[in-house]
Amino acid sequence: MRKNLWIGLVMLFLIPVFLFTVSCAQQEVKDTAEETTTEPEKAPEETATEATKEVTPDTSAEERAIMAARNMFLSEDVYFEFDKSTLDSMSQDILSRKADWMRDNSDVVVSVEGHCDERGTNEYNLALGERRAESVKSFLVDLGIDAYRISTVSYGEERPVDTGHNEEAWAKNRRAHCLIP
Amino acid sequence: MRKYFIKTICLAIFLPLLIMPGLCWADYDYIDIKNPFLRKIPIAIPVFSSLPDSKTKKPALKKASDLLSETLEFTGYFKMLDRGAFLINPDNAPLITPKINFNNWVSIGAELLITGGLSKKKNTIVMELRLFDTFKGKRLVGKKYEGPLGDLRQMIRRFCSEVIYHLTGNRGIFNSKIAFISTGSGNKEIYICDFDGYSPKQFTNNKSINLFPAWSSDLKYIAYTSYLKGKPDIYIKQLKGKHSSVIAQKGINLAPAWVPGRFELAATLSFSGDQEIYLLTGTGKIIKRLTRKWGSDVSPTWSPDGKKIAFVSNRAGSPQIYIKDINSRQVERLTFNGQYNTQPNWSPRGDKIVYCALEKGRNNIFVVDIKSRQPIQLTFDSGDNESPSWSPDGSLIAFSSTREGPSRIYIMTAFGTDQRRLLFLRGEQTNPKWSPNVNNE
Repeated sequence: MRKNLWIGLVMLFLIPVFLFTVSCAQQEVKDTAEETTTEPEKAPEETATEATKEVTPDTSAEERAIMAARNMFLSEDVYFEFDKSTLDSMSQDILSRKADWMRDNSDVVVSVEGHCDERGTNEYNLALGERRAESVKSFLVDLGIDAYRISTVSYGEERPVDTGHNEEAWAKNRRAHCLIP
Repeated sequence: MRKYFIKTICLAIFLPLLIMPGLCWADYDYIDIKNPFLRKIPIAIPVFSSLPDSKTKKPALKKASDLLSETLEFTGYFKMLDRGAFLINPDNAPLITPKINFNNWVSIGAELLITGGLSKKKNTIVMELRLFDTFKGKRLVGKKYEGPLGDLRQMIRRFCSEVIYHLTGNRGIFNSKIAFISTGSGNKEIYICDFDGYSPKQFTNNKSINLFPAWSSDLKYIAYTSYLKGKPDIYIKQLKGKHSSVIAQKGINLAPAWVPGRFELAATLSFSGDQEIYLLTGTGKIIKRLTRKWGSDVSPTWSPDGKKIAFVSNRAGSPQIYIKDINSRQVERLTFNGQYNTQPNWSPRGDKIVYCALEKGRNNIFVVDIKSRQPIQLTFDSGDNESPSWSPDGSLIAFSSTREGPSRIYIMTAFGTDQRRLLFLRGEQTNPKWSPNVNNE
């Protein structure tokens, strides 16, 4: 009985780690796969370091890859046309990657923020920001992510990344941003 | 014979013409309601005199008379005549009808005259104020006020209220306040000031984002949207007292608008998955859903009889303003010019709606008459002009403008004239909301 329990635990740890390695670059897969199969006890440590986001010189290639994937998830924003909440093909590609990452990190819950540029009025922009955030959420849910894992918040025009008064600044502000609360 | 005939005819036509203006004066409404700002009434307010039983000093007399002058000037109805043109001896001007030589005033063009007598003893004041029609030589309003020195402003406002009531039948704006947003503290917080910008005070202090203040009809509560808990929720807070409620449904809770005369409000909630306008009690309970169409419905504003709302919807593809009759549930579109019309505000007189139109990258304020449906532009070439809000008597409009650079609160008449800044605070001021006028606190 105890043996079965132990095997079960090992599998529980093994499978997510395996999935991590699959999403990383091909060359690293072999190394990390060997590491994990020979030293199953190390797996929990690896997930712990991933959470603390520390990159020391000794950080393994795998850990760095995990960090990179997470950072990409957090930093790649999706952009919109004026007064629109529809996703263009570039946005859809970005969101597909995000959906992949969320599948690989099935315990993570995420918040999507919807933002607008300063033109137009605060009330209408708050509503538009929500439509943008919901648009992103629907897309991710359609790709199979559980809806309960995604919450949405609209900031309208209240939190611009660029306070300039020109098209360049406005384009940067018409965005949806993902974060891990 | 013929010559005489023609002369008689001419006289017969001319003489009545000479007399008629005199006849008209008798029935003349001092203020033409249709456009009261077109012809401002020349009014003279000499420096107050010390009342007989006191020796009030000049500075106090001047301060009180200047305050009266500024307060009346704010309404936009009057042209304040320059004291330098007065014919009377400025020291101890006569106060009462029998002692006033009205010719002194008529000859400099004053149609109205206000005299003031002030008695200041330590920290108590007695003030007598009288409004006269100079052409008729008749007193129209006379009031006496007594109280602590600190009540001077309130007394002046009470008298102005009497003056405006006598001239227009409406008590005016003197007991109203304006709520607005200012970023001076580093965050968007809600502030309140008197109708003339006096005495601004901070109302929220939660260091998050606060938006859309809205006054209850009795001026006892303000409803607003705040990100206090990380998402836009509506808070309903007492001005004096601790009572408060929250509307924190899933999604956005926006832009509350109180129903005139009732402890209920309309607001946009999106918990159903669609952004719709709901009717709620003043304590935050949902009564019913008001809009049904798929799409964003935001920014409700009530007609003064509480039977209709104007709101913004993008159901036709871009934000436009619509009117819905609450009972018949009929909806009709109000704005057809331009691609982006938002922030409607229904005049307390019921006849007009003021709103903001985004055209060629600039926000400007327009007013549209409900019957004729013709929009008229009120602001031009002066930065972005947004969030218009009517004064409680429908005579003035508060709005925000970036014409100086940073956003500031401005006031203009209902016809777009006399545009001037209301106040100046650190940071930027936006989203003014003018309260109802409460009769005598």
